Amino acid sequence: MERLYFEYAASQPIKQRAHVGVVGSGDLEVLLEPSPDRKTRVTVTTSVDGFGRAWKLVIDRFFSRYQYAASIEIHDFGATPGAVALRLEQAVERSQS
Amino acid sequence: MSQPTLLGSQQFLVRKSFVELNARERAQALLDEGSYRELLGPFERLESPWLLLQGVVPQADDGLIVARGQMGGTDSVILAIEGQFQGGGIGEVSGAKIAAALDLALEDAKKGHPVQVVLLLETGGVRLQEANLGLEAIAEINSSLIALRQQVPVVGVIAGMIGCFGGMSISASLCSYLIMTREARLGLNGPEVIEEQSGIEEFDSKDRQLIWSVSGGEQRQVTGFADYLAEDDVGAIKKCIIEAFARGIPATHRSEKVDDYLKRLAAIDASHQLESSEVRKLWSKGESL
Amino acid sequence: MNEKTISARGRIWFEALAGKQAKHVPSVSSVLVADTTLQKERVRFLAIVPDPNNRFPCARQGQVGVQEGWNLAKQVRDVIKADENGEKRAIIAIVDVPSQAYGRREELLGIFLAAAAATDAYVSARLAGHPVISLLVGHAISGGFLTHGAQANRLLAFNDSGVTVHAMAKNAAARVTRRTVEELDKLAETVIPMSYKIEDYAKLGTLYKLIDGVNVDSPEPEQVGQVRDDLSAAIADARSGQRDLSNRLESQGAQKNRSATLVVRQRLAAEWHSN
Repeated sequence: MERLYFEYAASQPIKQRAHVGVVGSGDLEVLLEPSPDRKTRVTVTTSVDGFGRAWKLVIDRFFSRYQYAASIEIHDFGATPGAVALRLEQAVERSQS
Repeated sequence: MSQPTLLGSQQFLVRKSFVELNARERAQALLDEGSYRELLGPFERLESPWLLLQGVVPQADDGLIVARGQMGGTDSVILAIEGQFQGGGIGEVSGAKIAAALDLALEDAKKGHPVQVVLLLETGGVRLQEANLGLEAIAEINSSLIALRQQVPVVGVIAGMIGCFGGMSISASLCSYLIMTREARLGLNGPEVIEEQSGIEEFDSKDRQLIWSVSGGEQRQVTGFADYLAEDDVGAIKKCIIEAFARGIPATHRSEKVDDYLKRLAAIDASHQLESSEVRKLWSKGESL
Repeated sequence: MNEKTISARGRIWFEALAGKQAKHVPSVSSVLVADTTLQKERVRFLAIVPDPNNRFPCARQGQVGVQEGWNLAKQVRDVIKADENGEKRAIIAIVDVPSQAYGRREELLGIFLAAAAATDAYVSARLAGHPVISLLVGHAISGGFLTHGAQANRLLAFNDSGVTVHAMAKNAAARVTRRTVEELDKLAETVIPMSYKIEDYAKLGTLYKLIDGVNVDSPEPEQVGQVRDDLSAAIADARSGQRDLSNRLESQGAQKNRSATLVVRQRLAAEWHSN
C-alpha cells in the first residue's frame, strides 16, 4: 500500500462536495470537497505499489484540463489510469450539478 | 443491463437490474424518489481503525450504507452492505453501523414510531482482517435483530453476486422475511472452505451447478429457507419488500420452529451424501410432515 | 482433508461442574445437558462435545452442525417454557467448539438456520430474564461460537494457551490473507482483534472474567471449586444487570479498543432523527 500526494494551483470553486466509486477490485472511490484556498490537494491511498509516476501523469493531466480548487481523497484498489480519470470526471460532474 | 420484458398485453417494461447496482445505488433505488437521506456517509470518514495498520486500503463508509427514507410511503431504514469492498466482510465499523441502527429502530418502535428495517446482505461474513471485532459485531447484530423483530418485521434481501455467507447467514435466517434472487446464494460456509475442510468428494468448489443447486435462491426458497424468490429487477424486489412488511410480524419465525425441524432431521438418512433434489422432495413448501 | 485435534476439554469441564447428572440429549451424543445447582441456584449446563459416531460425518470432532444447533435450541427453549411463570434459572454454556461443521449435507439442510435457532433460543432466554453464562474452556471459533456461547450475559474464559476465540483457524487464516503464521502473530501485536491469544481477546472488553491459575486439562478440586464460585458470581452479576449486550460496550476494554464502535453509536444516534 502506498500514499501519494499531489498539489496544484487552482482557481475555479467547487459547488458542492461529491463522492463516487467503490473500493473494489479494479476500482476506486473519490471524495471531492471544496478547497479552503486556491489550491487543489489530492491524497491517494493505493493498494498497488510502485505506480507513482503513472498516478502523477493521470492526475497532472486531469488538473491541467480542470482548474477546480478541491480537496480530493482517493482510495484505490488497482484501477487502471483510464478508470481513475473516469471517476475523477464523474466526481467533478457531480460536484457541479 | 436493461432488457425489455414482454408482459401479457403487449406492454414492454424496461427491467432494471438490481444485482448490477452497488450498495449505495441499491439503497437509492429502493427508497421513494426524493426521500433518500444517508447517515454516517463517506464524508464523515468513519473508517476502519484496523485496515491501514495492515496495509489494506479502507473505504470511507467502511462498506456499509445507512439510508433513511420512505418505501411506499412508510418510514424505512436500509442497511446496505457493499459486497465489492473486501467481499462485504463485516468489520468493527460496518458491524457497529448495523447494530446501532437496529437498536435505534427498536427505541423508535418502543416509542410507538416503528421504522421498517431492510438489510441488503451481500457478504462473506466476518472481515478476516478484523476477526474478533467482526465476530463480536455479528453477535451484537443478531441479538439486536431478535429484539427488534419482536416489535416490527425485519426484511433481508440477498441479491448476489457475493451472496450471504458466514456469520451473516445466521442474521439472514433471523430476519422476519427473506427475499432472494436466483443469482443469490445463502450458506454458512462457502464452497472453497467446505472443499478445504472436508475434501473434494464432499464439495467440489469448481462445480458451479452444484454450488447453486445447494445454496442458490431457488433451492433455498423451495426448501423453506427463504420466503420470496424475486426477479433481478429493482421494481420486483421493492414490491416484494413492501409485500413482506405488509404481512406483519410472523406468528412463528423460522428460527423458532424447533420441534418442526427436529422432526424433519430425524427423518433424514444422513448416511449417504444428500442431493438437492432429495431435500426439495422432502422439504418443499406446502408439504406436510 | 485436515487433521483435527479432538479436544476433551468440553467434556472434562462439563463433568467437573455438572457431575454425574451429565447426559446427552436423546439420539444426539454430541449435545450434553445437565440440570443441577450452583450455590442453591438452579442451572442448566450445556455443551457440544466430539461424537465419533455422529450421524453426520462432518460433525464428529465437536463441530457445531445441524443436529447440534437445533438440539441446543430445544434444550434452551425447554428451560424458558418450564420457568415461564417462576424463577428464571441460569443457563451455562461450556464452550469448546473448533468451528461449525463443513459439509454438503449441512448446507443443504440449513446449518445456518440451525445456528440461528440456537442463537435465537439463547437470546430469547436472556431477554426473558434467564442469566446466560458462557465458560470458554477451549476453542470458540467462528460459527461454532456464534451458535454456542456468544450470546451470554457474562462470558468467562480460562487464561490458557488452549483457549482461543477467533473467526478462523490460524492456518486457514494465514492462507486466506496470504501471510505466514509468523506474520499473523506479528500483526496481532498491533491489530488486537486479529490475535489468537485469549489475553488479547480480553482487551476487547467483552469478557466478564479471565480466570487465572487453573489447570484446564486436569483441574484440581479446589480449582473447580473456584470456577463454581466464579460462575455463581457471574450469575448474580447478570441478574443485577441489563438483559441485552450493552455491558460489553460499557467496559474499559470497549472504551480503549472499540472506540470506533462507540463513536459510530454516538454519531448515528445524533443523526437518526435530525432532518
